[in-house]
Amino acid sequence: MTDVKKSTRRAFMGLASAGGLLTLTGCDKLISTPWFMNVIDSAEALSRSVQRAITGSRPVAREYAESDISENFRQNGTTNPQNASYQTMVANGFADWYLEVGGLVDKPLKLSLAALRQLPARTQITRHDCVEGWSDIAKWTGAKLSAVLDIAGVKPEARYVMFFCADPMGMNGNYYESIDIPGAYQPQTILAYEINDQTLPVAHGAPIRLRYETQLGYKQAKYIMRIELVDSYAKFGRGKGGFWEDQGYEWYAGI
Amino acid sequence: MTDISLSGGRKLVYRHRLVVRITHWFNALAIVCLFMSGLQIFNAHPELYWGPKSTFDHPILSMSADTDDDNNDYGTTTIFGHDFDTTGVLGLSSNGNGQMVERGFPRWITLPSASPELAVGRRLHFFFAWMLTINGLIYMGSSLLNRHVQRDLVPTKQDLSAVGKDIVNHIRLRFPRGEESRKYGVLQKITYLAVVAVIVPLMILAGLTMSPRVDAGFPFLLTLFDGRQSARTVHFVIAFTILGFSMIHIAMVVLSGPINNLRSIVTGWSSIEEDKAP
Ligand code: HEM
Repeated sequence: MTDVKKSTRRAFMGLASAGGLLTLTGCDKLISTPWFMNVIDSAEALSRSVQRAITGSRPVAREYAESDISENFRQNGTTNPQNASYQTMVANGFADWYLEVGGLVDKPLKLSLAALRQLPARTQITRHDCVEGWSDIAKWTGAKLSAVLDIAGVKPEARYVMFFCADPMGMNGNYYESIDIPGAYQPQTILAYEINDQTLPVAHGAPIRLRYETQLGYKQAKYIMRIELVDSYAKFGRGKGGFWEDQGYEWYAGI
Repeated sequence: MTDISLSGGRKLVYRHRLVVRITHWFNALAIVCLFMSGLQIFNAHPELYWGPKSTFDHPILSMSADTDDDNNDYGTTTIFGHDFDTTGVLGLSSNGNGQMVERGFPRWITLPSASPELAVGRRLHFFFAWMLTINGLIYMGSSLLNRHVQRDLVPTKQDLSAVGKDIVNHIRLRFPRGEESRKYGVLQKITYLAVVAVIVPLMILAGLTMSPRVDAGFPFLLTLFDGRQSARTVHFVIAFTILGFSMIHIAMVVLSGPINNLRSIVTGWSSIEEDKAP
């Protein structure tokens, strides 16, 4: 190779790596400017409305066979809430636990575990997709959320169902989540009290956790204590609709 | 558009339509951002599996960091059960402050560069995924209507009979300069057609198969990719296929006359040699 060619090549490589570095630091800078991220976040509304339009308002996730069930369903997020009143409930087998249902409803409710088990139930073997990328399959049994909501009577102005949980998340208060009303009425949306035919253990969210198939793992709130129907989630936590949403994750967790 | 004669036996020919030029650059931007934010997302769980669920004990590929007997940290990449020491690049790499940390891909190739930044990585990824998709639909829609695909990308029978010759010419880095260079060569046609009609659409479908909501509406996607975890693996493999295409593509652009090539994909006009009268 001639010297000229060599030096052109060197100059080219130099330029390319300098360009690479510049774009890198430039991108990191852009990402920390609010207007840029506002543009980026326009995609979330697009994903939400397009996915809804093409899959309908009552989508049903694939249900698997017994043989597909994961040997060890991952214990993810909180696995044992460090919360004294919760631990007391665990100690007496959730005998004095009850689910509160309030907010924009005609008739606020307090449902014991026994009462919840009397409600129309559903069993489904479904896939749990974590936002990190992995998937596990388990069999869930629980009361249909629609049944609970129908007893309480959802007021027309209600837009979201909030779930308040027993697991403390450091300075951020307790875990919480929100889903919209059509999501709450999807046929597979249940308050699960059993996993793989066993009473739901503490590691998986005892006494009940949400199964909202068609959405990622962080929507599947564990250790649910209270349900509240609201017209906006802005006044809870940092206002984004859930613990992970407050940390920057999308509210729409369908992708 | 008519050719414009230049001095010195050359002429300018109109080579790329406006839609192709605009969508080409939006596509390049989207591909780069998707690749880098995708690796950020991958880093949240740097393991790949086959089938509907994660077989945590038997990943196809995994990256991790560990400490040896002498208390030195090292990075390992495991592919089909074979371990490779990838310290400094995969599994263990710098956090930018001279400290080595456990992370799948290194900071110079992820977006954002810090890790873990899964939330921001996802938001960027889905924005650019929409850019790629909408841009791709505009490109495909217009290029089917104005017959760019049929005329310029689908190889003719005559083209196909010259594949051997074209391969030899590529190996010798001999590129056409005259009338012949008005059109794409047969290897170029096959490659571009594969990228725009097969590889990128498969990429988008594999990405959508990771969406639990889309799966509920279109369960055949789960069947097509043999499950959500296989779709994630296919998505990853195609990302590197597109990286490979892009690198060869850029190398070819540089080797066959970078200034003229760039002028043509920016302004539409390309300079070629006038064929000498026989
Ligand atoms: C950023 C670096 C890139 C440069 C400098 C570049 C340059 C070019 C040039 C000069 C052409 C015209 C080729 C010719 O006239 O013979 C072209 C066409 C093309 N490029 Fe790129 N490109 C880049 C990135 C990409 C990427 C990332 C992709 C896709 C993954 C891509 C896909 C294509 C396709 C499909 C065509 C043919 C378009 C058509 O005629 O319909 N390019 N590129």
